[in-house]
Amino acid sequence: MSQGVILFPSIHFVLQAEKIVKGKGFLIDLIPVPRQLSSDCGVCMLIEWEQKDKLYALLEGEGVKIERAYPLPQKEKTSSGE
Amino acid sequence: MIYFDNAATSWPKPPQVKEAMVRFMDEVGANPGRSGHALSVEAARIFYEARESLSSLFHAKDPSRIVFTLNATESINLALKGFLRPGDHVITSSMEHNSVMRPLRDLEKRGTELSVIPCSEEGTLDPQEVEKKIGSNTRMIVLNHATNVTGTLLPVREVGLIARKHDLLFLVDAAQTAGAYPIDMERDGIDLLAFTGHKSLYGPQGTGGLVIGVRVKEKEMVPLKQGGTGSRSEFEEQPDFLPDRFESGTPNSVGIAGLLAGIRFIVEKGIEKIRKHEMDLIEKLIGGLKEFPQVRIYGPETGLGRVATLSFNVAPLSPAEVAFRLEREFGILCRPGLQCAPAAHRTIGTFPEGTVRFSLGYLNSKEQVDRALQGVSRLARE
Repeated sequence: MSQGVILFPSIHFVLQAEKIVKGKGFLIDLIPVPRQLSSDCGVCMLIEWEQKDKLYALLEGEGVKIERAYPLPQKEKTSSGE
Repeated sequence: MIYFDNAATSWPKPPQVKEAMVRFMDEVGANPGRSGHALSVEAARIFYEARESLSSLFHAKDPSRIVFTLNATESINLALKGFLRPGDHVITSSMEHNSVMRPLRDLEKRGTELSVIPCSEEGTLDPQEVEKKIGSNTRMIVLNHATNVTGTLLPVREVGLIARKHDLLFLVDAAQTAGAYPIDMERDGIDLLAFTGHKSLYGPQGTGGLVIGVRVKEKEMVPLKQGGTGSRSEFEEQPDFLPDRFESGTPNSVGIAGLLAGIRFIVEKGIEKIRKHEMDLIEKLIGGLKEFPQVRIYGPETGLGRVATLSFNVAPLSPAEVAFRLEREFGILCRPGLQCAPAAHRTIGTFPEGTVRFSLGYLNSKEQVDRALQGVSRLARE
């Protein structure tokens, strides 16, 4: 299954998002922002790419500020866990 | 030893505050939100939880709109200097602490128009007097929630309604009430709430914050400082979103860890229970002091309309002498003088000598009040 990441403006929103999605059946992890996406030094949310739309709907519905989402190239897959 | 100086800073703190700080130093220690590693995320989680708890405590709608600062003074400076420009008009009361008065007097020198509404000798404020001063250039009303001199509560909700009616910013200095008295930013019409962490929230010194209400256009508030935030690092301009816009530089993480434990202590006890205990103590204290004809009490003489801070004098002794002797002879620690609030003392008629101030907290006991009354009794009967 292909993976992706959701980027947020700051760590506050990453943690807010993590709290909201926890226990709702999504496979997510917090990982450092991949260097090719942003030179930011923070963390982002690693997701299953096919769950992206559902996650967006859930998070935006709760008022979380999201920056962007990116699919990750298959070969650079990072191990994930909840 | 009896510590009656909780309005300056609460002491002792609940043991879980120190434990949380030790745990942070031993097990977390990292810079929040500055790196992608586990400890940095764990440190950021403490800030996240603290913002959420404070947001729920103050009935603020959005935890990301809580900006951490060093103390209420920094928060008040941020709100006042962030918004007020030459030509703007700001209204305040004559019972303010210097944390409000000094930045306002500085702004006044730079062209901001200032109106100070006189309060009664008890420290109460008539909201109608505030409304009468509102003009076309009025931008903000700033008021303390309870004065640090007499403990008098100011009519925040009534003034909040007036501020809303005239579409003005309403800044409240909650240094003496946050944690000890219910605050509901929505119901009370508060736009900007300045709080300190080290008083009734039982956190350590060096913690505080500003809650920026949802009506406030934060982009119109100029930050006091710019710098690293751990976000948008590729840009040399300050991020414009909250809370990062106003939180530059490495924060007091160990302090916020302690503050979070303090807030949890309050939530667990419940503000109503804390307030009841404090009012039982202060009413007992007032009742006892009223027995001595040499003692003059300032401010409300019941638990209504006040917090657990009480000013009094023992004739013919000076406040400094009373405080010194209470400490030396009875082990009672309190604060004499002007308590950084000259305007308030002018209002209640005690400038420049000031008063003796007993400020009680949830961790004080009835036995301590009894012993303090014995001490005052000895001085009064001389």
